[in-house]
Amino acid sequence: MDALTIHPGEATADLLVLDAPLSFWGGTDEHGSIVDEHHPQRGASLTGRVVALPSARGSSSSSSVLAEQIRAGTAPAALILTEPDAILMLGGWVAAELYGLRIPIVVVSTKDYQELCHHPGPVTVSAGPERATITW
Amino acid sequence: MLAGEAGPAAQLCLRMIVALAGVRGARRLLDVESAHVDGCLYHGRAGLDFAERLVELGGKVAVPTTLNVGSLDLRHPENVRADPETTAGARKLMTAYTQLGCSPTWTCAPYQLTHRPAFGTHVAWAESNAIVFVNSVLGARTDRYGDFLDIGAAITGRVPDGGLHRDANRKATIRLDCSGLPRRLLAEDAAWGVLGHLAGRAAGSGVPVLTGTGEDVTEDQLKAFGAAAASSGGVGLFHVVGVTPEAPTLEAVAGQGIDTISIDDLRPMRDELSTARESRLDAVCLGTPHFSLTEFERFASLVDGEFRIPVYVTTSRAVLAEAERLGFAAKIRDAGARIVVDTCTYITPILDPGLRTVMTSSGKWAWYAPGNIGVDTVLGSLGECAASARAGHLVRDEALWTR
Repeated sequence: MDALTIHPGEATADLLVLDAPLSFWGGTDEHGSIVDEHHPQRGASLTGRVVALPSARGSSSSSSVLAEQIRAGTAPAALILTEPDAILMLGGWVAAELYGLRIPIVVVSTKDYQELCHHPGPVTVSAGPERATITW
Repeated sequence: MLAGEAGPAAQLCLRMIVALAGVRGARRLLDVESAHVDGCLYHGRAGLDFAERLVELGGKVAVPTTLNVGSLDLRHPENVRADPETTAGARKLMTAYTQLGCSPTWTCAPYQLTHRPAFGTHVAWAESNAIVFVNSVLGARTDRYGDFLDIGAAITGRVPDGGLHRDANRKATIRLDCSGLPRRLLAEDAAWGVLGHLAGRAAGSGVPVLTGTGEDVTEDQLKAFGAAAASSGGVGLFHVVGVTPEAPTLEAVAGQGIDTISIDDLRPMRDELSTARESRLDAVCLGTPHFSLTEFERFASLVDGEFRIPVYVTTSRAVLAEAERLGFAAKIRDAGARIVVDTCTYITPILDPGLRTVMTSSGKWAWYAPGNIGVDTVLGSLGECAASARAGHLVRDEALWTR
């Protein structure tokens, strides 16, 4: 599956598809778990997973929260979005700049996102400077 | 600047902004007149490492820059019970941002300060409620900026020309018709928080437009609406026909055939923001976003005798100074309220540990507090909050919320 690179990197991990939008700030804790009371997957851990989220929402503090999770090793292994998200991209960019740690962040079409939902298990996200691929 | 002639901090920041411009498909950069930085709230070492890197590289802001809340009340340190490591990190972070030349305003409501961006000017504001207010109520233009980009824009004076900076992205995507809501309810700030919650759910990251509200809408109400819409959704701009500056008419902001939702009952959304299931109440929290002078005045007028449960009010240093001068602060403090500045009660440990169920008039506070600080919430009007604080248990004015 083709995707657009928001932030380059490589990762292979189990896919976790989120059923509702999520704000990293206020919605996840420093251990990488969902703490948003209103989220249907509250309590799920994002750490080390390829996380597909329909869209980000809410707080602009999510950049710092994601960068800190990447530094602390509690972040998702990769993020798959349906629209470019500046806030998450910046979290990834700063972690790469400060610590040399890269998690790929990519955007797929809504149609491909629907298809992703039917493919649980390990996936590989390979994000080059501009284009990315997702393989099973 | 990319070649480094403006110094290594500006070079680093511009590389970041150019990377973002690539993602957003922006073909050029815009100059900004001011910045509001949210990166001064402590979320762990990464944010501090970035700010201290900019200080080491000699970074200084190029445009007037205000600071959002930090994780500490610097004026009254005893108000916050964070662990020593977090406190030290939070203090270093707040120091780093002032070293970069930002003003120590420590408020999420910079639009309550004396200098406000003019209509149509480009700015780089972070913090979701500040973003939505400056775009919608003042008609200045910012995209939804967050940590890192905010200080990057302040140091370079540049942002990508994309998102809400562009006319095409400022048109309404969904209409909420409020003509079925009682006027008495629409006069309550808390109702606007509930309405904002609904708008965030309905609009996602789009642009809601409200019709049928009447034109007598206050800035406190617009603040409550935007803050909640930017919490339950990713709203960075809204319009209220006849009220906000870009929407003299519906046609000015919305094309033909825009989807419309008619709203005639706010109780389901109010109850969605109320996670508490009993009438027991332990505390009241007000001032998210920061209490304005008019909110102080109104709350002071509702105070009648001592509070039986703890009441916390968060605000900025600047507004508190005015509230002190006019006697509002003393009146609510005498009734037992604790006034907190520089930070907020839902992001840092301020509430006493035994407090489990907390009432608020803020849709934003009600949305975030359960996840952030593990309390149950009850959303109510400022009048209901004052009556409940005085009674020591939940007091509802159900007639207010009923058609």
